[in-house]
Amino acid sequence: MKQKKTRDLVLSLIVCVAVLAVLGWLQANAKAHSYAISIIERSVIYAVVAVAMNMLTGFTGLFSLGQAGFMALGAYTTAILTIPVEVRPSVYYVSGIAPWLENVHLPVYAALIVGGLVAAVFAILVGIPVLRLKSDYLAIATLGFAEIIRALLASPALETVTNGSFGLNNIPKFKNIFEPVVISALCIFIMILLINSSYGRAFKAIREDDIAAESMGINLFKHKELAFVISSFFTGIAGGLLGIYMRSIDTKTFQITLTYNILLIVVLGGIGSITGSIIGSFLINGGQEWLRFFDEPHFIGEYQIPLFRTGFRMVIYSILLMVVVLFWQRGIMGNKEFSWDGLFGLFKKKDKKGGKA
Amino acid sequence: MSLTTFAQHLLTGISLGGAYALIAIGYTMVYGILRLINFAHGDIFMMAGYFMIFSMASFPWFISIPVVLAGTVLLGVVIEKAAYKPLRHSPRMSIMISAIGVSYLLQNLSTYLFTALPKSYPEIPFLKVILQFGDISASLVTLITPVLTVVLVFLLMQLINHTKIGMAMRAVSKDTETARLMGIKVDNTISMTFVIGSLLAAVGSILYFTDRMTVYPFSGSLPGLKCFVAAVLGGIGSIPGAVVGGFVIGICETMLVAMGYSTYSDAFTFLLLIVILLVRPTGLFGEKATDKV
Repeated sequence: MKQKKTRDLVLSLIVCVAVLAVLGWLQANAKAHSYAISIIERSVIYAVVAVAMNMLTGFTGLFSLGQAGFMALGAYTTAILTIPVEVRPSVYYVSGIAPWLENVHLPVYAALIVGGLVAAVFAILVGIPVLRLKSDYLAIATLGFAEIIRALLASPALETVTNGSFGLNNIPKFKNIFEPVVISALCIFIMILLINSSYGRAFKAIREDDIAAESMGINLFKHKELAFVISSFFTGIAGGLLGIYMRSIDTKTFQITLTYNILLIVVLGGIGSITGSIIGSFLINGGQEWLRFFDEPHFIGEYQIPLFRTGFRMVIYSILLMVVVLFWQRGIMGNKEFSWDGLFGLFKKKDKKGGKA
Repeated sequence: MSLTTFAQHLLTGISLGGAYALIAIGYTMVYGILRLINFAHGDIFMMAGYFMIFSMASFPWFISIPVVLAGTVLLGVVIEKAAYKPLRHSPRMSIMISAIGVSYLLQNLSTYLFTALPKSYPEIPFLKVILQFGDISASLVTLITPVLTVVLVFLLMQLINHTKIGMAMRAVSKDTETARLMGIKVDNTISMTFVIGSLLAAVGSILYFTDRMTVYPFSGSLPGLKCFVAAVLGGIGSIPGAVVGGFVIGICETMLVAMGYSTYSDAFTFLLLIVILLVRPTGLFGEKATDKV
């Protein structure tokens, strides 16, 4: 047993070092690999949101579709606080910036946390009424809140803060690839700690049977609210990261489609599996790029193969997703987590049939 | 706002509400039977818009309309058979995710087939005739929409309350398993629900897009959600409720736009949803709640 633990630790360390080495190599040749870097950055950011969503949907059994709204809050807060003071007049060239905000500027990390906190505060307010609802009513109510947030951000009343429908740009970019990767890894790590704590066990109890959980002395509302607020906090941070990644945002970025994308990552990875969500995020973000092949016209000699043109990629992509949803509901990981034992088990399944010693 | 402009906006609102009501019926019927928010319903409505564009390109309107109706019904039933039926015994969340997937697929498919640019909706000449009543002017479609809505709802109520298939629908929505034991063909009944829902969505789409003039791949998603809100507002499962909800939302939205708050008109709809869910989760006409909320 002890040997196994040492082996797992060594293997994990090796993988970590290898990942860092690859990232370092990509960073050293940033010019040549800008495409790969951008895919990795987007994947880790989406992974944070997916894990946060999984914490709600997979571990607490709350089906919330408000992710885009909380991401928008985080992204706008982070963007407003980090856009350099000297370029602000050119960003807010239409309506001007509110005087109280003019010189407020925070470093990136502080701004991200403030963004997360803003999302969390909204989640507290939203959660009090909404978490009384169940399953699909909860989904549609949170979706409604996301739309309300989007409308408020675009509203003329907040023009001097959010720049209304023009959106924000000139958001300073990541200094290197390690920044988003490390921040995301930290966020996911904290969520894993939470899920493995006694709170996490209470979440799972609520998911399995809320009445039984309540009779065991779990305060339903308190735990649901806790899961909702913490999930929104990290969703907000991921929104902030997405804003920095994209460098310009407007309210159209945060439409329902964004939430659907995250949901599909969670479903593909397996509802109730954190490692599944992370793998799903890389597969979907990477897959969308690999499928670009379908978007370009192809020729056999003089003959152009029909069907291959812009948009075909997304059709293939959505058909693949439907196949997963219909025939492979457990997703890649089901509700299991990645473990070295599991990985090795894949290669020697035959031995296992004999029973474990 | 003078009385004339008020009446003018009210008329527009009622017309929009009529189209919403027709779509909301589809949501409410499917939810009543399958307990599923059919996220793809708004996209079926959008596809009906595209069907109309293409059939009008080759046929006159009186042939096009039946073609569109048939096409939309076929689409609705195919979606039910392919994407919802295999998941009938899965948890409710999977079937909802499947609905979201279908909606995504239809949007991407139409972007691919028809491009993301808005396409202009063909005019059916007689629907666009402008009528003048004193100071108020309205095109014929504005007047026809609410009338047609009421007539169709009346027919639908007759169908549900006084025919065998209607009785089967009521039985399945009360208790699927018992209905099956009583010899009701549950699958056929569910398909019939989708037929009716899609048919009404197609009619709604003709009325809605004749007023709006353009169709694009995402033109179904927001109206779809609004119509779901209308169904919740009226009490999910109740057809008269969905109609009233549709009219309320249509009129409120038009009035908000008329007063200059167009940015908030979508937000208002969702605010209404949340207030209703909190204050009276069964909606205006819903049955006394069992354990839905």
